[in-house]
Amino acid sequence: MNSASILKFFISFYIVLFFAYLFGPLIVMSITAFNSAGFPRLSPWDCFSTEWFGVLVNDARMMAGFKNSLIIGISVVLVSVPIGLAGALLLAQLSNRVRQVYYTLTISTILVPGVVLGISTLIFWDRMGMMFDVDYESFFYDGIFLTIIGQSTFISAYTMLVFMSRLQRFDPVLEEAALDLGATNVQTFRKILLPFLKPAIGSAAVLAFLASFENYNTTVFTIVSESTLTTVLASKVRYGINPSISALAVIIITLTLCGAFVHEILKRREQAKELALKKEEKTVSVKSASRGLLSNPVPMMVLLIFVAGLTTAWMARGYDVQQCKIEVSEEKRKHQAELSKIRRVEMEKKLEAQKTDTASPSTVTTKKAAPGTNQYGNIFAPTNLEGQVESEETNPVTKKNTENQYQNIFAPTNLEGQIKSENE
Amino acid sequence: MSADVTLENIWIRFDDFTAVKNADITIKGGEFFSFLGPSGCGKTTLLRAISGFQELSEGKVYIGGKDMAGIGPNKRPTALIFQNLALFPLMTVWENITFSLEVKGVGKAKRLKRADELLELVALPGQADKMVNELSGGQRQRVAVARALAAEPEVLLLDEPLSALDLKLRQHLRTELREIQKRAGITFIYITHDQGEALTMSDRIAVMREGTIEQVGNGNMIYDHPETAFVASFVGENNAFHGTVSKISAGKTIVKTDAGELEATLTEGSRLSTGDKAIVFARPESMSFVNRKNSVKNVFKAKVVYQEFEGHFWHLILSGPNDKKLKMSVINSGSSHDYDEGTELQVNVNSKLAVALPSGPLAAE
Amino acid sequence: MILWFKKFFLRNGIVLSLYMLLMTFTWIVVMFVLPQVFMFDFSFRFNWTQIDPSKIGGPEDVYTLQHYKFLLFGSPNNPDPFNVVDVTVFGRTILAAVFVTLFDVILCYPVAYYLAQVAKGGITRLMMLSLIIPFWINELLRAFAFRILFGEEGTINNVLLYLGILDQPIDYVRENIALYAGLGYAYILLMIFPIYNAVESLDRNQIEAARDLGSPWWRIHWRVVIPFAKPGITSGCTMVFMLSAGALALPQIIGGPSSLWFTQIIYQWFNTGSNWPRGSAYAMSLLVICVIFVLLIMKVFKVKFGEIGR
Repeated sequence: MNSASILKFFISFYIVLFFAYLFGPLIVMSITAFNSAGFPRLSPWDCFSTEWFGVLVNDARMMAGFKNSLIIGISVVLVSVPIGLAGALLLAQLSNRVRQVYYTLTISTILVPGVVLGISTLIFWDRMGMMFDVDYESFFYDGIFLTIIGQSTFISAYTMLVFMSRLQRFDPVLEEAALDLGATNVQTFRKILLPFLKPAIGSAAVLAFLASFENYNTTVFTIVSESTLTTVLASKVRYGINPSISALAVIIITLTLCGAFVHEILKRREQAKELALKKEEKTVSVKSASRGLLSNPVPMMVLLIFVAGLTTAWMARGYDVQQCKIEVSEEKRKHQAELSKIRRVEMEKKLEAQKTDTASPSTVTTKKAAPGTNQYGNIFAPTNLEGQVESEETNPVTKKNTENQYQNIFAPTNLEGQIKSENE
Repeated sequence: MSADVTLENIWIRFDDFTAVKNADITIKGGEFFSFLGPSGCGKTTLLRAISGFQELSEGKVYIGGKDMAGIGPNKRPTALIFQNLALFPLMTVWENITFSLEVKGVGKAKRLKRADELLELVALPGQADKMVNELSGGQRQRVAVARALAAEPEVLLLDEPLSALDLKLRQHLRTELREIQKRAGITFIYITHDQGEALTMSDRIAVMREGTIEQVGNGNMIYDHPETAFVASFVGENNAFHGTVSKISAGKTIVKTDAGELEATLTEGSRLSTGDKAIVFARPESMSFVNRKNSVKNVFKAKVVYQEFEGHFWHLILSGPNDKKLKMSVINSGSSHDYDEGTELQVNVNSKLAVALPSGPLAAE
Repeated sequence: MILWFKKFFLRNGIVLSLYMLLMTFTWIVVMFVLPQVFMFDFSFRFNWTQIDPSKIGGPEDVYTLQHYKFLLFGSPNNPDPFNVVDVTVFGRTILAAVFVTLFDVILCYPVAYYLAQVAKGGITRLMMLSLIIPFWINELLRAFAFRILFGEEGTINNVLLYLGILDQPIDYVRENIALYAGLGYAYILLMIFPIYNAVESLDRNQIEAARDLGSPWWRIHWRVVIPFAKPGITSGCTMVFMLSAGALALPQIIGGPSSLWFTQIIYQWFNTGSNWPRGSAYAMSLLVICVIFVLLIMKVFKVKFGEIGR
């Protein structure tokens, strides 16, 4: 065992740890989606259930937000892809010094904090609205419009980068050849450049959509009175989390994995084609590319996970959730009954002790809920960060228990809003 | 339909250097005209200026008598075949060929027909549906020519089209291109650095050096009667004897060189005078061995360094006076020879074939 | 200048030229620069919209430094010499961003190096993809995942309690560990890829040569690899810093009471405080400090702006 192999071991170990860090949270979260408990957790594990997926779909606010996210996402694609393309084309024609400035400006849109983009967009259109004295209902103040603009500001830079890298591989002589043969500039653009850029347009569109869909920092300011999926999720912090969020995560993760799978296939096809283009021999058939696909580890893994998921689902179909829940809640009630019995005994002992020693202060300190206080307390106020409002989902089976020793506001048995005061 | 091309006092300057200096010639319609010169001599720039991709600093380009100033490359009656061919990789062969028709709005059926016709013309029948990358170098070459011809230009411009091909293919395509040109009757303007190509294919050649056209003429003229030292050394092989003019008479001159006094001919309009620095150029094939030094002029002693056999010629590398390296070519007559290394011989330069020119820069080795 | 436009239009034709110029102009000027300018201007105005909308555009609608003053000194009734809360939060946000950046560099450098120089073909693709996948998943969901892990009854606590390592669950949220872990996690991709790109272009022979000359592995990194990868590292650091300092979702979701983020204060001014000019002033300050910081880093490490890109 020499130092080199020890080193290698540590590095491999580190890499494994790293990927555990990377995937751990996601795996944990996905599993909690199937726990029937009211708060996402791994243990104690109540029952295996898919009910939270149903809850997710029935959540009106979430669905409305989702719809808006889709609309905005598609619109952002329609705006930022042409802009990015124009930007990349222009960049290629600038002289060196101007190019530096121009490039700096465009990349700044990505570096500037999202909140600043959101705020500045909001203010700009607000003031413009005032200057032109428009109606409050007009698009100047519309959350959807503003969000599309705000997001496109930096997403256009992303698409521009995609186009830039694709354009680098374009032979400008092809454009000259087209012109020489009598094509107009527009014809050259349409017939020669755009077909070449097609894959880049695809990547840029996907990138733009994803970036728009998951954006929060900018959106939260520009969305005004509307909502997107991300802003709804964030507000869940206020209203309380339940595993329907984990369910959402599972759906998104599955979609992402499928997307990755499809992407892999497409990419391999593309690579095979390009390889053939370079060689002067006959084309490599697409079939051989997909044969090679099976030997590639990535899609195999994805396939495996998918199959595992399906098998589990199939095997579980004889399993009755309601029954399990009833059993679990029975256990819990029993457990609580015992605990309260024990506590009653203790309390009696203490009362007796108190009678004999009046000087000792009451040690009965069960923090009770403070009802009636501001349930919609602003969580962003400096002194009030753990405010929680009554959860929308009420677990029908659990009982209120204000004597829970841990006072955990997230415990499923404790559903009344509680405001912890800052103990500084 | 072919057109004349007139270049009138063209200068093309860039920030740090001048690419073309006072190019002024007329290329006749239907001619196969070549620009010959080493890399960087400005021939490509000139070609691009004719096709409309390069701006002129001074001067004018006339095609078919019409001034091309302000007319873009897509409106000029020219078609350019690029050095790397620039075939459209995402299109099939017939789509490439008929691109110029497509942009004019010609229907698909007509285009397919025209593509087939042109493929016949360039001897590539049946390749219409292939993708460009499936073809060999020589085939792609011909597709490029077909594509250019489909545009029915009055002038076809070719930028070193054969330089990327191997020798046999090059020779084969040389003849083909020439035949296509004759058949189509279009003006061909051809750029190359290979003088063999230029000589075999062209009606006339312009030899260029560093932006200047040094001489224009047909192959014969350029080869046998070069007008500058550069042309003499660039076109074909030539032995150069540096010296000073000692005597001038009608059409002849005697130049004093290391190899003795050499008599050579003068070009028409030569402005050499006694005392000028001059170079006597003697082609390898214009030299011969003589048995003894009698009153035959232009004789000097040389030693054979080594010999090369090139099929129809024996090439001998000689070490002449002052260890000057000389090349001599002797026709392979089949008989045995005594040109072994070390042989000392008397060499004669044919005074009628030798040319004396003012001293000037020679082509780089 | 006019000449340039003439040549540009000639070269590209009218349609394409207009397309390129108009789109880019709209983007850079109308969508980016102008709003920043407006925000800058707005930060110097009184909050008439809330106080008295009739005064907008009137004679009393002048410029004021009150918001910036507030940021620094607090309200006029402030007993302390400084606006302790806001300023400390500001400072802490920046420091935390620096900390997260350093954490990410140290975390990601080995992985990036491994990916670029050590891993072979198929494994590289697998690793690349497994790096990208978590980031296609919504940033908020990832934040929630951390919340689940780090909560008082979260997974980590459960595991540790189960293993007997702890008697009582640790409040990770309060200790800000959750937040830092979350932030470090969030921008891994942005740190890895620039470093990967830089290291990948390093000629493997240089490393071999160094090893050949007897250099121990840490010195090879210190003297050969890192200087070469400097643009990549700087680029990654810039992006992670900017994004951490400007993060909003993560602090909101897994931030504890003592780790208030400056962006949250900005949000408040817009949301409940209804003082947009003040919010703008705060946002402006954040922007300026970030830019200064980044420029400083670039100067110190002698990296040019043009080298920052994906």
